[in-house]
Amino acid sequence: MSSLAEPAHRSLRAQTFRAALPDRLIALGLVLPALLFLVVTFIAPIGALLMKSVDNAEPAAVLVETLPAIGAWDGVGLPPEPVFAALAADLKAAQKNRTAAGLGKRLNYELPGMRSKILSAARAVSKIETPPAGGWTEAITGIDPVWKDTQTWSVLQRNASPVTAHYLLNSLDLTRGPDGAIAAVPESEAIFLTILGRTLFIAAVVTLGTLVLGYPLAYAAAIAPPAVAATLMLFVLLPLWTSLLVRTTAWVVLLQSNGVINDFMMRLGFTSEPVQLIFTRFGTLAAMIHIQLPFTVLPIYSVMRQIPQTQLRAARSLGAGPLSAFWRIYAPQTIPGVSAGCLITFILSLGYYLTPALVGGATDQMMSNFISDFINRDLNWGLASALGTVLLLTTLALYAVYVRVLGADRIRLG
Amino acid sequence: MLVKTPVGTEALVAFERVTKSYDGATLVVKALDLTVRRGEFLTLLGPSGSGKTTTLMMLAGFERPTSGHILLDGAPVEKLPPEKRNIGVVFQNYALFPHMSVEENIAFPLRYHGVTGPAAKEKVDKVLGMIHLEGFGGRRPTQLSGGQQQRVALARALVFQPKLVLMDEPLGALDKQLRERMQVEIKHIQRSLGVTIVFVTHDQSEALTMSDRIAVFSDGMVQQLAGPTELYERPANRFVAQFIGENNVLPGDVSTDGRALRLAGGAVVLLPAAIAPGAVEATVRPERLQAADRASDRAIRFPATVREVFFLGDHARLTCEGLGVAELSVKMAAAEFSVLQPAAGSSLTLAFEPEAIHVLAR
Repeated sequence: MSSLAEPAHRSLRAQTFRAALPDRLIALGLVLPALLFLVVTFIAPIGALLMKSVDNAEPAAVLVETLPAIGAWDGVGLPPEPVFAALAADLKAAQKNRTAAGLGKRLNYELPGMRSKILSAARAVSKIETPPAGGWTEAITGIDPVWKDTQTWSVLQRNASPVTAHYLLNSLDLTRGPDGAIAAVPESEAIFLTILGRTLFIAAVVTLGTLVLGYPLAYAAAIAPPAVAATLMLFVLLPLWTSLLVRTTAWVVLLQSNGVINDFMMRLGFTSEPVQLIFTRFGTLAAMIHIQLPFTVLPIYSVMRQIPQTQLRAARSLGAGPLSAFWRIYAPQTIPGVSAGCLITFILSLGYYLTPALVGGATDQMMSNFISDFINRDLNWGLASALGTVLLLTTLALYAVYVRVLGADRIRLG
Repeated sequence: MLVKTPVGTEALVAFERVTKSYDGATLVVKALDLTVRRGEFLTLLGPSGSGKTTTLMMLAGFERPTSGHILLDGAPVEKLPPEKRNIGVVFQNYALFPHMSVEENIAFPLRYHGVTGPAAKEKVDKVLGMIHLEGFGGRRPTQLSGGQQQRVALARALVFQPKLVLMDEPLGALDKQLRERMQVEIKHIQRSLGVTIVFVTHDQSEALTMSDRIAVFSDGMVQQLAGPTELYERPANRFVAQFIGENNVLPGDVSTDGRALRLAGGAVVLLPAAIAPGAVEATVRPERLQAADRASDRAIRFPATVREVFFLGDHARLTCEGLGVAELSVKMAAAEFSVLQPAAGSSLTLAFEPEAIHVLAR
């Protein structure tokens, strides 16, 4: 019986699969354009940028001969003569190809001052046409005492690998000591954890601010008659249709020393001279809360709208007072919307760049601002990428905790 | 658990000249006077927009009367919030709390009525038994069928021993079979607990099945307040006559002595008691019309022409012309139908007993 049933069963499965195939192909066809677009414009660039945070191409590209030669060095005393000879050849080539500066900049991140030492060594070595009598060891150590220092050579040796943890360590205020062990950077240089903490803090305050302002608003809209609700939501949505730059500039107009708010307060006599509002933490928070408000409100509103008002009535009839009914019956059911709204706002706030840059304090910038600076001003793509990676991982970690605590199905957009 | 109280005539609730307007222009409820007796099952029956649900919501405390008073146990309650009224409410879509288990839903009112700990647990278990949902306490409402959700809502409204339970079309969302089973079940629970229930529905057969008394609402007013039999047999006016069951409304004239009713088409019916002479409307139920040869000697016979015939298994439905009415509805038993075999266009003699005629108040 079963031996007969088995092939029939299998062919049924095959038939089902074949029957469903056109639908699946159509579905795939529908998704494909967007998927390709995302891969090309989003996933690939992000992947490439993340790779930059561990990328260590310069030393390998320039020190073609030195790095293989130094591999066998035991790290005690100076490396043997062939290593110096290889370095001389590499530096000559670098001088000719104008790649010495790039190498110098890269090594400078790990050994301050290396940029000029590399450049001067490359210049000096290029002037020596034939192998010097005393050997390359004597010649190079004669250019600068830095070449007599074991640490210089161990840094070179460490950078033989095409990947480096330097940027990532650096973005967490860590570094490799002379002995290669991971250690905290000196307190005077430690800035990135503070920035990360500040970024998280501002994002948290903005999230809380939008929630405190947005929750009652969403509730009012949810229980209002449809026409009133539509008007209320229009006002919530209106800012979303305006450019971010325009809205931020509007805040500049409002907050500046001779701006609308100060003018108003001085006329009313609250203050005799302008209060510093722009370029402060307050300015950043006010503008960001305003811009993020719709993102928090919309998911909460759409979840609230699905909660029947009869539930509150039922709770009241069963003996609960208005507050108790709201807190025990209504509020718990809004958690999916609150979760979604807060998550969106928090994550978006982590990446804010324009608004803090325009209305925030000079010493109060967020992570994105530093990433931008490292890319545009310092041309240190490695560190910029590493900071981006840290931000991305922090976001993912928070999301993971979030999902773990609340469950992914507890986050709902509507 | 609940104290049994016999159906009495003592008023538990009294509406006194209650009106309600939402927009300040039209009255949804017009000068309502209505009493609910202790222990009775009172149904507010009417089409949508007739004011029945508004009346219920005013009693529950979700709507405030525009004028008039609502007395509960003799004390005015118009200004009392719902939670202070001690009235259980079952809503149309149950309004169970989806984030709580069945047990938590049922236990919800208990903490507000001073019942906690083991006593609460015991009450919940007892009520779960009463609604035949033992072992379902840990489930979420969404894991229950419509009928089960309905029973949980009922249990939740009963568990804290309210003075009164209000039900707003509680069976509307159930299919026909389940609805009929729940009607019987609710009636059983009501009888065994002796609890007073005010029930709102637009389904007249539901109202007839379940109620001790029915208040028929139309246009913001109570058209008639009576028991099911009286309502069916002696409707107060044309609206009630046609809203409760199917009915034929016949034009007629009462003789000058007030003792005889002459129907259009010539049939004369002697009235049991004298009424004012003049033009009136009388009603006769389709099932009270029958073939003349089966009727008694006292029956009043009249000629009719068959227009349409519908066979429905246990009975047949004929639309005839007769008694001055173009569409006289006749409900004929299957046995009678198979003998007569009336066809559309044929003529036949129909008859009714004199008691079947009910004269509507003018």
